[in-house]
Amino acid sequence: MAMFEKLQERLESTFKKLKGYGKLSETNIKDSLREVRIALLEADVNYKVAKDFLEKVKEKVLGEDVLSSITPGQQFIKIVYNELCELLGKVNKPLDVAGSPPVPVLLLGLQGSGKTTTAGKLALLLRKKGRKPLLVATDVYRPAAIDQLIKLGAQLNVAVFSLKDSKDPLAICREAKAYAMKNGFDTMIVDTAGRLHIDDGMVEEVANQKKFLNPRETLLIIDAMTGQDAVTIATAFNEKVGIDGIILTKLDGDTRGGAAISIRAVTGKPIKFIGVGEKLDALEPFHPERMASRILGMGDVVSLVERAQEVFDEKQALDLEKKIRKDEFTLEDFKDQIKQMRKLGSMESIISMFPGFNKFKGTIDFSAAEKDIKKTEAIISSMTRREQVYPHIIDGNRRVRIAKGSGTKVQDVNELMKKFMETKKMMKKLTKGGLKGLQKQLLSK
Amino acid sequence: MSLFDKIKNGLARTRDQLRTRIEWVVKGKPIDEDAFEGIEEALILADAGFETTEILVASLKEKWKRGQIKTTEDIQTSMIEEVEKLLLPIERHIPTDSKKPFVILTIGVNGVGKTTTIAKLANIYRTSKKKVLLGACDTFRAAAVEQLEVWAKRLDMDVIKHTEGSDPAAVAYDATKAAKARGIDVLILDTAGRLHTKVNLMEEMKKIKRVITKEVEGAPHEILLIIDATNGQNTISQVKTFHEALNITGIVVTKLDGTAKGGFILPIAHLLKIPIRYIGVGEKMDDLIPFSARDFSRALFGDKPET
Ligand SMILES: Nc1nc2c(ncn2[C@@H]2O[C@H](COP(=O)(O)OP(=O)(O)OP(=O)(O)O)[C@@H](O)[C@H]2O)c(=O)[nH]1
Ligand SMILES: [Mg+2]
Repeated sequence: MAMFEKLQERLESTFKKLKGYGKLSETNIKDSLREVRIALLEADVNYKVAKDFLEKVKEKVLGEDVLSSITPGQQFIKIVYNELCELLGKVNKPLDVAGSPPVPVLLLGLQGSGKTTTAGKLALLLRKKGRKPLLVATDVYRPAAIDQLIKLGAQLNVAVFSLKDSKDPLAICREAKAYAMKNGFDTMIVDTAGRLHIDDGMVEEVANQKKFLNPRETLLIIDAMTGQDAVTIATAFNEKVGIDGIILTKLDGDTRGGAAISIRAVTGKPIKFIGVGEKLDALEPFHPERMASRILGMGDVVSLVERAQEVFDEKQALDLEKKIRKDEFTLEDFKDQIKQMRKLGSMESIISMFPGFNKFKGTIDFSAAEKDIKKTEAIISSMTRREQVYPHIIDGNRRVRIAKGSGTKVQDVNELMKKFMETKKMMKKLTKGGLKGLQKQLLSK
Repeated sequence: MSLFDKIKNGLARTRDQLRTRIEWVVKGKPIDEDAFEGIEEALILADAGFETTEILVASLKEKWKRGQIKTTEDIQTSMIEEVEKLLLPIERHIPTDSKKPFVILTIGVNGVGKTTTIAKLANIYRTSKKKVLLGACDTFRAAAVEQLEVWAKRLDMDVIKHTEGSDPAAVAYDATKAAKARGIDVLILDTAGRLHTKVNLMEEMKKIKRVITKEVEGAPHEILLIIDATNGQNTISQVKTFHEALNITGIVVTKLDGTAKGGFILPIAHLLKIPIRYIGVGEKMDDLIPFSARDFSRALFGDKPET
């Protein structure tokens, strides 16, 4: 967690040693590159891809006047970040479904990578754009795979073509195409069985499907949690079948997603979408910058905000943001926040998502911290509504009363008031300029 | 095919890749710093992770400096020894004979192979003449129940199920009740895939567990986490988080028939010490083999395993 912080810290310290050297040279940059390398490897970027990437970074920074900046570590990481964005593909490439209908889109990938769900998500996306998609079920191997697609189709109100007794994916494609033409479907989304990239027979099978369909888009569906092997998998599918783009799935977890870099680097094919949940609308366009920060370990902030969005309702969140901006955040809100935060998960899991909190890791006893929260709630509950809204009126006398009422000590109340003020400050900082602003703050200076 | 042939097939690619790399680095040359870089590369590419790799390479280097290793064979033997020593404590099999009904609850992130592994496990128990019952607690994913039912039919056993969208804990409740009533030896419960970071889904899992414990004392006797060999360092986060929430008692690593090497087993053994029960090496019913530290370490580093 909070890798970025760690990386940044380490970089600052390696650069500290270099102060006074002026320009960067081959020798004095070695340690810094090593730190970045560790970060990349821990994010699952392929060993060789990381190596090539660092060569490029090295060339870029050599001779740059990084060391005279006050924070050379940040300066350096900015270069790394920019290079990563570059490698991930600067602009988002949308799905291409131009051509005469029915336009075929073929999905392929390993077992369990998320093809069927992604097929459903794409169908929904296209339907929302006013197209008339047909889902085609050709996974004749995995038990109930066809049922799964049929059920998704029913949920989405999208037609599904399947042949109950056929064990021949190519024949299904053939009949599906005729069916689509006859019934006016403009896009065919073809789901296929999961297969290993080294299973020659199965790879040939999907290659034949491709040859017949001549798809506008052949998309490799790959799990964002994939490790070093991503390179082998993507290369094999690209060479043996040929792909036009990639969809990364299961990015709603805490994976750093270094596989994205590996795949891009070896295939040169664009990542078009990312899957961010099990719900059928959880498909988003791929954003290279977001992915780059995630791989460097800043992504935790993004996922925290996303998780918060799941729990808080939007209006509440907007109200809160307004309050924080206007400095109207009160103890009452604070208590509400604590309640809401608890819905997000344990203290530890929330805290570990903030870049700045890494330092505390291992030093905080979280069960004690949980108790602390309960105490906080008790103290705030013992305040009058007026006190909660206008905390500045809470004088010494009131503090004694509140302590009594909540079964705590006056020091506890003092402590809480102090903490509240600090939190207020921090929240204001966090919301300044929204998420983008926060990222900017992290990267700049 | 003998058990050993299977392991060999399953891990052959891992072994070949590692072996060629190690031999390429070391063959004909005296061992030097470069040789260690090659070993580092091989370990990282096997998904062993940076930290574990560093520890292993450092200990090799130490031995080299002390003159304890000098040749290719020394490096190989030493690696195998280190890794086997590391893995031996987590080679522990599921004690299914200890309780009746013995309740196994499976968990894991989406698509790792839970349902298929259940079928394979059920097949193993059926072969050893145990009475097996399955419970379809994945009430979320479309056609998950049907998928388990297809397997159950092939295996000739019953599935306890509710309709899609119903409460998985209620299915678990019915399944445990049925297992007791029918004198079942092993009850295996399938659950919906869930990312370990989803708090609400973790709570759902805890509820399922509580319901089972209430029905059968000491159950679930095995909380089996399924992980996918294709995944990288995130696996460690999966294991940690599921373990914190549910106290898992065993792990199955699937898809070792691909080219991924499952090297994350090393940090898991190092940090978490949770038993690896089986490895999955294919999509068929009998593609599940008991985890063996000896075979895994030998296969990983290219020794000729003994038959
Ligand atoms: N090659 C290979 N494929 C496997 C292995 N184990 C499972 N699979 C395949 O992986 C795919 C997903 O397996 P499932 O058993 O449905 O996975 P799951 O974890 O139950 O999936 P969800 O319930 O959707 O989360 C299927 O196509 C399986 O055939 C294995 O050891 N090797
Ligand atoms: Mg399943």
